[in-house]
Amino acid sequence: MTTLDRIAPARPNRLSGFAARALKRPAFLAGFAILGASLLLALFPAAIAPYDPLAFDMTAIQQGPSLAHPFGTDGFGRDVLSRVIWAYRVDMQMAFFATVFAMLIGLTTGALVGFYGGIADAIFGRVVDAVITFPFLVLVIAIVAVLGPGLVNMYVAITAVNWVYYARLTRAEIMAQKAQDYAAAARVLGYSDARIIFRHLLPNAISPVIVYWMTDMALAILLGSSLGYLGLGAQPPAAEWGVLIAEGRNFIMTAWWISLMPGIAIVVTGLGFSLLGDSLADLLRPKGR
Amino acid sequence: MSAEPILSVSGLSVRFSKPRPLAHQLLGHPRQEVRALNGIDLAVARGETLGIVGESGCGKSTLARCLAGLVTPTEGEIRFRGERLADLRGKDRRAYNRRVQLIFQDPYSSLNPRMTVGDMLSEALTVHRMRSGSGVDERIGELFELVRLPQDARDKYPHEFSGGQRQRIAIARALAVEPECLIADELVSALDVSVQAQVVNLMLDLQDRLGLTVLFVAHDLRLVRHVSHRVAVIYLGSVVEIGPSETVFSAPRHPYSQALLAAAPTLEVKEGRKTPALSGELPSPLAIPPGCPFHIRCPYAAERCRREKPALLPHGGGLAACHFAEEIAAGTQPVRKAEPQPA
Repeated sequence: MTTLDRIAPARPNRLSGFAARALKRPAFLAGFAILGASLLLALFPAAIAPYDPLAFDMTAIQQGPSLAHPFGTDGFGRDVLSRVIWAYRVDMQMAFFATVFAMLIGLTTGALVGFYGGIADAIFGRVVDAVITFPFLVLVIAIVAVLGPGLVNMYVAITAVNWVYYARLTRAEIMAQKAQDYAAAARVLGYSDARIIFRHLLPNAISPVIVYWMTDMALAILLGSSLGYLGLGAQPPAAEWGVLIAEGRNFIMTAWWISLMPGIAIVVTGLGFSLLGDSLADLLRPKGR
Repeated sequence: MSAEPILSVSGLSVRFSKPRPLAHQLLGHPRQEVRALNGIDLAVARGETLGIVGESGCGKSTLARCLAGLVTPTEGEIRFRGERLADLRGKDRRAYNRRVQLIFQDPYSSLNPRMTVGDMLSEALTVHRMRSGSGVDERIGELFELVRLPQDARDKYPHEFSGGQRQRIAIARALAVEPECLIADELVSALDVSVQAQVVNLMLDLQDRLGLTVLFVAHDLRLVRHVSHRVAVIYLGSVVEIGPSETVFSAPRHPYSQALLAAAPTLEVKEGRKTPALSGELPSPLAIPPGCPFHIRCPYAAERCRREKPALLPHGGGLAACHFAEEIAAGTQPVRKAEPQPA
């Protein structure tokens, strides 16, 4: 037998293939641009913001949008644009820290429970039931109320509830992957459980989790702002979108820009995460089978 | 076979219990069991190819998975070079898995879609410390040559290959750990006919060169005849006939083997059938009939078949599990009238 089958033409480089496909998607580009800009604002607010976000200016109180103050000023004459920009730092941190530990804990727990099943899985199922019985926000508020307000406590509270959702998602994916022949092949090759779970199953199960994480970061900003608005998250005078909205609450009829501008920032950033998450979902789907 | 068996199986049974709803448990309904394998006895000699044939659902794949250690048998034992598989733990168990490799039916799901072919092979080589350092790369090159894959396959992902190429990658992965015994579960049934011969011949060639013992599980009779030294015919989780390939194919003793062969399509024009065709469906493995499991569909079934399960006894050149094997061979066993099929 001298058959040498024709092999599919070599692709120059895997990463460039991914980038090429990504760049063809307007949704990906838009999401990427929004989050890139957000990240810049979060990293270098001092260089970008025109004013000190905490500096009072009693000569310019509650002024509407103008050239000097594009987003107007608040009740203490602070520049709203600068405060919204400085808030990127807090809110982007919130998006990341409120979700990343939940994702890591959920990923590990879900992978182990999904792989081993049995009693651990049964107990996990009851924990999930117990957690999702409560409305998310109510449970988080209850935990923050016990721990006391503040950013770190808010992260702890959100993580304590949120990991369950990641674990549930990962468990289902791992169970589906475990049923595939390549998982059985790994066992026949005598690989350890840890190698099978983390090197074989997880890379195939992780895409939906990454996508969910993106969307969840948008939700974390909303949740963090809500808690900030309620006085349970970031504390004034720190600039945080929810706190800013709460500050403008009393002047919404006369000085609408104080609440509206941070609101728009929330919407745009949330949109950025969602766009990126959705297009990643398509891009990460394995080709062929 | 005179040689000491490398792999032997005795009284192997596998039962899967069907989950019952709580209501049934409370009402005391009995637990239902799928009896996938019912007391299989087999022995494979070193360097031999044993073909295993049977209808879909007869337990072929369960047997293959049992031998590879993926399914734990309910009863019976598997011995490899005299050592019981069930007694092996830790390092020894991993060594068993290294020495007895399984190749899966579907090359589209048996390769990890997120690993390059090179990664797959180097993982197998390094985990079992088959090679180290630059030896790994060298060995991957040799394996590619062995299964006739181009060297640039190394950095590619499984989706970039055709079915036949994927199956050869799977073979290369199994061979990477230098096994003594290969179990091929429907090696080529997921492949195009044009590629089947290529993969099967590659396998036979490798067997010769590497002295492998092969269990060839398949439903394609022509293929099994082509590759096997001996053949075992399985019906509802039991071996009904086993013997040298030529004997089983040219003079089958068990009525099931006869029917199976008669049902196989051939290119030759035949002058009508000599053997009556099979009637009825394969019974559910949830409710295996008493006596001879084949009696419901057997054209020669007599009263005795309904009561007594026949043992696997020598008939002709091999073993067959039929009360009337001699009579059927001599043509003296009366054919039962076809019962009217219920509408």
